[in-house]
Amino acid sequence: MSAREDVLGRIRQALGETRAAVPEVVRDYRQEHPTTGPELLDLVVDRVEDYRATVLRCAPADVAATVRAALDQALGAGWAAGDVVVAPGLPQEWRPEGCDVDDDRPAVQLADRAASVTAVAVAIAETGTLVLDGSPACGRRALSLLPDCLVCVVTADQVVGGVPEGLARLDPLRPLTMVSGPSATSDIELERVEGVHGPRTLVVVLVQPPRVGG
Amino acid sequence: MTATVPPKAPTFLGLPTAPRGVGHLRGDQSFPDAARGALRDGQLRANLGHATSTIRGKRARVVAEVPDWEQLRAAGKALKAATMARLDEHLEELERQVTARGGVVHWARDANEANEIVTRLVLATGAPEVVKVKSMATQEIGLNEALEAAGLDVFETDLAELIVQLGEDQPSHILVPAIHKNRAEIREIFARTIPGVDPGLTDDPRRLAMAARQHLRERFLRARVAVSGANFAVAETGTLTVVESEGNGRMCLTLPETLITVMGIEKVVPTWRDLEVFLQLLPRSSTGERMNPYTSTWAGVTPGDGPQEFHLVLLDNGRTAVLADEVGREALHCIRCSACLNVCPVYERTGGHSYGSVYPGPIGAILSPQLTGVEDNASLPYASSLCGACFEVCPVAIDIPSILVHLRAEHVEAQEKPTAEGLAFTALARAMSNPRLWHLAQRAAGLGRLLSRGRPTLPNALPPPVSGWTRSRDLPTPPARTFVQQWTEEHGR
Repeated sequence: MSAREDVLGRIRQALGETRAAVPEVVRDYRQEHPTTGPELLDLVVDRVEDYRATVLRCAPADVAATVRAALDQALGAGWAAGDVVVAPGLPQEWRPEGCDVDDDRPAVQLADRAASVTAVAVAIAETGTLVLDGSPACGRRALSLLPDCLVCVVTADQVVGGVPEGLARLDPLRPLTMVSGPSATSDIELERVEGVHGPRTLVVVLVQPPRVGG
Repeated sequence: MTATVPPKAPTFLGLPTAPRGVGHLRGDQSFPDAARGALRDGQLRANLGHATSTIRGKRARVVAEVPDWEQLRAAGKALKAATMARLDEHLEELERQVTARGGVVHWARDANEANEIVTRLVLATGAPEVVKVKSMATQEIGLNEALEAAGLDVFETDLAELIVQLGEDQPSHILVPAIHKNRAEIREIFARTIPGVDPGLTDDPRRLAMAARQHLRERFLRARVAVSGANFAVAETGTLTVVESEGNGRMCLTLPETLITVMGIEKVVPTWRDLEVFLQLLPRSSTGERMNPYTSTWAGVTPGDGPQEFHLVLLDNGRTAVLADEVGREALHCIRCSACLNVCPVYERTGGHSYGSVYPGPIGAILSPQLTGVEDNASLPYASSLCGACFEVCPVAIDIPSILVHLRAEHVEAQEKPTAEGLAFTALARAMSNPRLWHLAQRAAGLGRLLSRGRPTLPNALPPPVSGWTRSRDLPTPPARTFVQQWTEEHGR
């Protein structure tokens, strides 16, 4: 008998011939986070900053300039064009001048770059989580992993309240990376240290809708 | 991998348990014997006390801010129970979905078979080394030893696993395997074992983490094969999930050409939506964070992104024997958060090594004996004061105390010859059901005062079989007068 048949046979034996009914799963936990509007953006900012990441808010017209400011802050002004690589599908109007675009070069070559810039698929406010989904705007997984500084551009409509709302917006067939702050470890005396193998610096550029009224 | 194969393959309820002679589910000593040594190690107790109290505080803070925590726990428990009730169907669906997306699914009856499969797959790539993501399943089966026996170099990449590997040590905690080491001890291990390490390395955790980053960076970039575990696998979509903090997991899951994931069969969940429960419960229970820094999910192979060859090894190794026990099967619901270790007064004092298994603490005390058969880990169901703190913090509400009692009963019933304890309790039951015998016995017990030499407890060096009881418990000196005698005197009846 194959191992497959054996293991499945053991499970059937363990569960018995007359199987008990499948217990009901009651989902009476919160499906929607109560926070909305400007408070929702305040919440995501608060939660991302709590991980010791930086958040820069800007208007839709100022994304490229804000990304540049984020890079200046992280890399020091005067960074060279080749230091920064952006996701191939990042909207043109978000890209600061002089950035390299990721192509199908071997992924390990991205390790030489100082920073990368990507979009996100969803941002979950309650947990301060950005989700990248491997789409052209988010780039392949290595792009947000190897350079030591990651800049993510998040638009206000991408921000949801809680984990259930976030997962509902995602495609589980894509390779997803959920990012909550910079890489970190608590393995030494459970003291949190930011920055191990992933990017040590995380900057979020939050694009806010223009304010309505006064 | 022809380790000394034991003569008898143990079974439970007719189903094979994890084989002897391979992996890390059985200790060399019983729990009380191993714990005695650990309790004398003041440094170990200080390290554990500091670490567990820190993490308890963090967990309590982030759990308290979730208004629907109890509803999430109940849903997590029900989801696991529902999955186990149709485990075969979910695994078949998972296999179909992973295969449809370019992955290859393998089935392993036990540790030996899983080790053989992974070794064969690695050797087929021609790579001389593998990088590993921290994984309980591969620790359980002793995969590193098997790969090394085949001439391969194995690099653990999680910081704590690296500390354990470089220190030629054993993990002592599910989440933080090097929890028993403090910063000075870790500095000493790094200075001694990492080639070319900065001689001025201090014991600042940040500096130590940077030393690990440097040490592993080049290995990640040249790695051709990675081995991982999985926290969850979604049957309906074939999506695998790894939850981590450092980014070493992402390195392993993204950069190599070949990825081999070893997963216990109980890690399957039916639907994508189910992760909305577990991704809330796990990080808060485990590291005490709202969300862990990185969670990676993937379904099969994605052209142009990540490994182009993906193997999933589904591991039994005693899990079906656990499933056969209607009370004990709840141990399979565990999502390996380690909250129960951190609150356990026994774990906090004895540390993880005393349990002799990669699964220490309260969950280990119910999981290890069931995976191996109770006779091979007979002391573990007793490694608890039954205080119930583990049940209270468990994110999927596993009733650990009840399962401990269940396993104790099973162990006692399996004894062929009556034990001294058994005889004593039989005699006690007789005495307690007969007033005359009871009063006589009480007066006889009063003679115990002669041994006390005026102290409040009897000496613990009593002769066997009584020593079996007094070695780890204080037996109070019997009072001069029993309650009934006092009552009679004072109320004159």
